[in-house]
Amino acid sequence: MKIKYDRSACQGHNRCYMLAPELFDTDDEGYAILLVEGDVPAELEEKARLAADNCPEFAIEIED
Amino acid sequence: MTDVRPPVADWATDFDHQHPDYAANATEIWDELRDGCPIAHTDRYGGAWFPTRHEDIAAISKDVVHFSSQGVVVTEERPDIPAPMGYAPPITSDPPFHAIARGIMLKFFSPKAIDAWEPIVRETCRRRIADIRAMIDAGETTIDIAAHYSQHIPVSVMADMLDLPREDGDVFRGFIHDIMEQAGEEKPYEESMDFYLDTHVAARRNSLGDDLMSFLCQADIEGMPLLDEHVRGTIGLLIIAGIDTTWSAIGAGLWHMAQSPADRARWTDDPDVQPFALEEVLRFYAPVTMARLIAEDIELSGCTMKAGDWALLPFPSANRDPEAFDQAGEFVIDRARNRHAAFGLGIHRCVGSNLARLELRVAMEEWMAAFPEFELADPDAVTWSTGQVRGPRQLPVRFPS
Repeated sequence: MKIKYDRSACQGHNRCYMLAPELFDTDDEGYAILLVEGDVPAELEEKARLAADNCPEFAIEIED
Repeated sequence: MTDVRPPVADWATDFDHQHPDYAANATEIWDELRDGCPIAHTDRYGGAWFPTRHEDIAAISKDVVHFSSQGVVVTEERPDIPAPMGYAPPITSDPPFHAIARGIMLKFFSPKAIDAWEPIVRETCRRRIADIRAMIDAGETTIDIAAHYSQHIPVSVMADMLDLPREDGDVFRGFIHDIMEQAGEEKPYEESMDFYLDTHVAARRNSLGDDLMSFLCQADIEGMPLLDEHVRGTIGLLIIAGIDTTWSAIGAGLWHMAQSPADRARWTDDPDVQPFALEEVLRFYAPVTMARLIAEDIELSGCTMKAGDWALLPFPSANRDPEAFDQAGEFVIDRARNRHAAFGLGIHRCVGSNLARLELRVAMEEWMAAFPEFELADPDAVTWSTGQVRGPRQLPVRFPS
């Protein structure tokens, strides 16, 4: 599983950082920063899906 | 004014979000329009549109060319606009100034900056709970927790954040009432929020601290200090948009819990559900309906919207659209897929959303820990606000003896 994050669509709702802080950080203005490059560790796959499924701006996509 | 509004004959062609019937029946009105219309119109307010589907509300929110933010509260008159910032930057600013005004605020309201406020929010909630316990001990059996709990939390936190006296909470609430529920009725300057803020900002410039008002007094745009109108407008925005809204969300969450023994038990017995429950409160009871002024004629879903008309953005209706949410009309406490739009969509995402979430979370945590069992004293005694911010304004509850 890979995460595709579109910084230009992010509006800083902060849902991903709340749900999956292992995968997303936020910058000092509150926009998301994707922390993983490449494959998502298996134990974090559910959190990755949660982050994608709760982004109001559809800025996060999961590629299986 | 609100109680003498003409009756609404047909919500699709004559809607009025300031009518008492709207306050009493908003969710039914949204559902009916969404299935039928789905973009309502009214000749009131000089012409306004009321989309109800998530798709249309999202499209308008993200189209900042045709839909200007220089008016965000629907009034009969069009706002007298100090360009480019609008009267309450950044919410009333359009690009490109919007990004500059918003950038100033974002650092103060980022998730990590807001985390530091948690102890203050918690102490505020505990102070109110101690007062309510004292009322119960004194023999009171029915307590209005909109008046005695939910409304005090954002008022007190905002006063602390701006370093204004907490006792001025009643003054803030008067301003909010004037602007949100009596929109368009002018007050003399000496009784206005502008006067209150001008007085405090002028004094603060001579005694700066580390509060948010001082921060704005010292902020700059390319080396130039913010105009007085900018500082005043932004603080006014925080008071108007930061208090009524959060008060409404906390009140709605408690109103829900008061009526649902199953959700109360789940909250208490399964703390892992709480983050999902809070987002479901925000989805199902989203308080805010934003507005835009149409800047250029545009065709949307078969409606020809004319420049100068208003477009309302009822985010709570978007949040109940079955096209966007499974079981949209039900409160699902552990909803795992929840892309709700309670804080708006696009570049105007509520700048205070991290603070609002903190206040909602801590207020619910502290209340449910203190009073795991409570119920509505009289469901008919609960009243909801009219206008663009929706929440319980009287919420009498009682406790098991």
